[in-house]
Amino acid sequence: MTHVKSLLSRQELIGLLVVAALIFVVMPLSMDIFRLNLFGKYLTYAFVAIGLVLCWGKGGILSLGQGVFFGLGGYCMAMYLKLEASTPEATAIQSTPGIPDFMDWNQITSLPWFWEPFNSLTFTLLAILVIPTLFAFVIGAAMFKRRVGGVYFAIITQAIAAILTILIIGQQGYTGGVNGITDLRTLKGWDIRTDEAKYVLYYVNGGLLIAVLLLSQFVLKSKLGRLLVAVRDKEDRVRFSGYDVSNIKIFVFCFAAVLSAIGGAMFTLQVGFMSPSFVGIVPSIEMVIFCAVGGRLSIFGAVYGTLLVNWAKTTFSEIFPELWLFGLGGLFIAVVLVFPNGLSGLYRSYLAPLVDRLISRGGSSYPPEPASPPPDLDGEANAKPAE
Amino acid sequence: MKRLKDLIDHRLSRRSVLSGTAAAAMLATASTFAPAFADDVNTTGLAVTDDTVKVGILHSVTGTMAISETGSVQAEKLAIEQINAMGGVLGRKIEYIQEDGASDWPTFAEKAKKLLVNDKVAAVFGCWTSASRKAVLPVFEQYNGMLYYPTFYEGLEQSPNVIYTGQEATQQIIAGIDWVAKEKGAKSFYLLGSDYIWPRTSNKIARKHIEKLGLKVVGEEYYPLGHTQFNSVINKIKLKKPDVIYAIVVGGSNVAFYKQLKAAGIDMTKEKPLLLTISVTEDEIRGIGGENIEGAYAAMKYFQSLDNENNAEFVKSFKEMWGDDIVIGDVTQAAYLGPWLWKAAVEKAGSFDIDKVRLASPGIELTTAPEGYVRVHENHHLWSKTRIGLAKPDGQYELVYETTDLMEPDPFPEGYQ
Repeated sequence: MTHVKSLLSRQELIGLLVVAALIFVVMPLSMDIFRLNLFGKYLTYAFVAIGLVLCWGKGGILSLGQGVFFGLGGYCMAMYLKLEASTPEATAIQSTPGIPDFMDWNQITSLPWFWEPFNSLTFTLLAILVIPTLFAFVIGAAMFKRRVGGVYFAIITQAIAAILTILIIGQQGYTGGVNGITDLRTLKGWDIRTDEAKYVLYYVNGGLLIAVLLLSQFVLKSKLGRLLVAVRDKEDRVRFSGYDVSNIKIFVFCFAAVLSAIGGAMFTLQVGFMSPSFVGIVPSIEMVIFCAVGGRLSIFGAVYGTLLVNWAKTTFSEIFPELWLFGLGGLFIAVVLVFPNGLSGLYRSYLAPLVDRLISRGGSSYPPEPASPPPDLDGEANAKPAE
Repeated sequence: MKRLKDLIDHRLSRRSVLSGTAAAAMLATASTFAPAFADDVNTTGLAVTDDTVKVGILHSVTGTMAISETGSVQAEKLAIEQINAMGGVLGRKIEYIQEDGASDWPTFAEKAKKLLVNDKVAAVFGCWTSASRKAVLPVFEQYNGMLYYPTFYEGLEQSPNVIYTGQEATQQIIAGIDWVAKEKGAKSFYLLGSDYIWPRTSNKIARKHIEKLGLKVVGEEYYPLGHTQFNSVINKIKLKKPDVIYAIVVGGSNVAFYKQLKAAGIDMTKEKPLLLTISVTEDEIRGIGGENIEGAYAAMKYFQSLDNENNAEFVKSFKEMWGDDIVIGDVTQAAYLGPWLWKAAVEKAGSFDIDKVRLASPGIELTTAPEGYVRVHENHHLWSKTRIGLAKPDGQYELVYETTDLMEPDPFPEGYQ
C-alpha cells in the first residue's frame, strides 16, 4: 500500500483507474472492432503525448520532432513485418523473389545489408528501443552539452524531422519512399489483419500504455522528476547547486523518444503500414497539439487530449468531408483561448475539488493525506508556461 | 440456417408472385435489368436494398492533393447522377458516401476500411496518388472490395480488387516517344521528373524504349516533390541541347519549372528543344498559366478539346453541373468512366457481389466514353488510344496525333517485373 501511495496520490490513482477502465472495459464493450481498432490507433499517439508531457510540460524542452522517433519505432517494426511478408513464394512474380516489392520496383536485386538483421524478431524489438534512444542521445548530447535550448532546440528538432522525411522519400529503393512500407501481413506466422488479432493487439497496446503511465509517474515522483521541474523553472539555480543539467535533459529527451518509438511500433502492428507521413514536421506538430489539448502538465491529460483530438478528426471528417478542418481548427482555438491548461486544467479547476470532497465524505480506505495536498499539482497549474 | 431459410422464403415469394397475372404483365414489360430481390443480387451483405445501392467516393478534398482530386470527385458525382437519371444500376438508385482522404495516406486506409467494413459499399471510386492506392490496397484485398482508380500511374500492379481506369506507364510513354522520334526526328532526350515511384518507373520505361530505337538519353534528373528551383537543370539542358525534354514533374513544382524554363529563354514553340510531358493535364495548366507552357506536347489519352459527340455531351453536362470556368483533364475523364464501368459490370453479372463483378469486368466496353471507345482488359486495365496534344496559350491542348489502334495495357513490361 505504501508503495502505491508514494507513487500515486489519491487523485492520480483515480485517474489511472479511469483510464484503465476506459481502455479495457468501456471501449471494447461499446465499439465494434473497426472503431476499436481506430481507437487503438489513437492510443499509439498517446505514447508520444505522454513523452511530450515529461519532456515539454515538466522539463521545458519543446521538441517539434517527436515524429522522428515515432517513425523510427514504426519503421523498425515495419521492416521486420515486410521481410516476413516477402517470402519467395509470395513474391514469385518479381524479378528477384524474396525481397520486398518496392525494392524490386526500384531495380534492387538483393536485400541491403541494413535490412538483414530485421529478419530476427528479437533484434527488431531491441532495435525499436535502442535505435531511437541512441539517436535521441546523440541529438541531446550535441545540443544540451552546448546549452542549446528553447526555441533553437525546437527549430533543430523540426529540421531533423524534415531531413529524415527527405531521406526516406529520396531513398525509395531502400525505404519504400513516399508510399511507405505497406501490405504487412503476419507476425511470426500470426495474421495481424484478423479481428481476433486486432483485439489482442488492442489489449497489448492498452497494457503497454498503462505500464508507460506508471513508469512515467515513477520518473516524475523520483528525485529526478523534481529536478526536471526545477530545470524548467530555474535552470541556472540547478546548475549552481552542482547538478549536471544537460544530463537531466538528455535523459528526459531519450525517455520521450523511447515512448514515441513504442507507440510507433504498436501503430505499425495495428494499422498495417508505416509511411514518411508520420515522420515529418506536420505530424510532429500535431503530436504537440495532442499534448497541449490534454494539458501539457498531466500524463493522464495527454491520453485524453490525444483521444479527443483524434476522435474529433475522424468524426468531423466523416460528417463534413469538405469542412472538417475548420471544425478542428476551431477546437484548437478554443483550447488556447478558453482553457489554456487543456483538459487536465479544466479537470483540476472544476472536477477535482468535487471528486476530492466526494471521496473524503464517502470515507476512503486510505488514511487521509498528511497536511499538504499533492504539492506539485497546484504549483504547476499556476506555473508560468515554459518556452 | 437462417440465411438458407430467408433464401427459400424469397424464392417462394417470388414464385408465388410470378404465378399471378400481374407477374405475367411484369415479365412482358420488364427490361433485362428488372429489379430483383435484394438478396438475390447481393449474397454477401453489401449495402443494397430493393431500391438503393451504396457506393463510396474516397478522394482528398482537403490538403495538397485537393486541387488535383476535386476534378475526380466532380466527375464521379456527375456520372452517378446521370446513371441515377437513367434508372440506376439493376433498378437501384446509387447513393454515395463521400470520405476525405485528406492528402494523407493512412487516412485513406482508415476511410477505405470504414467504407468497406462499416458502410458495406458495393464499390469505391477513389484515390489519386500511387501512395494512397498502395495504402488502401491491402484493405481492399482483405475485405474484398472493389476500387475504381482513375489516375495514370507507373504500372507494376494488378490487383483483383482494383479496376485501373487511367493509363499505365507503357501506354502513355511508348506511343509518345515513337511519335517524337518519327514525326519530329528527335535523336536525344533529357529525362527529368519528381522523385517518387511514378516518374522514376516511367523514365526507366522511357529510357529503355529510347535506347531500343537507337536514340540517346543525354541526362536524367529527379527533384523532391514540391521542389521549386530548376535553374541548375535548365542550365544543363542548355548545355546538352537535347532534342526533347521529357518532363514528368508533378503538382506545384510544375508552376516553377515551366516559368523558369520560359524565363531562361527556352522557347518551346520553336522546333528544338521540344518538350514532351505525361504529367501536365489541363488542370495543371490552370496553375502554370497557358502562356508559360505554350508549345509543349503532352501524351495522354484524353484532352478536353477532343472533337467527338460523346465528349461534347460530357463537357456540356460537366459545365452545367460544376460551372462554366471549369477545365477537364485526363484523370477527371478517367474518373468519370469508373461508375459507368461498374454499372456495366454489375448488369452483366446480374449481381452486386464483388466476386461476380470481378469476373464480369474483363471485356466490358464503353462506347459512350468521352475519350471514345474503351474496353476492360483481363489485367483490369483499359484498352485505350494514346493521344498527343499541343499546349495552346488558352490552357487547352490541340490534338495533333492519336494512335490508330487501342494501346494494350501492359502493367508488367518485360524486364520490369
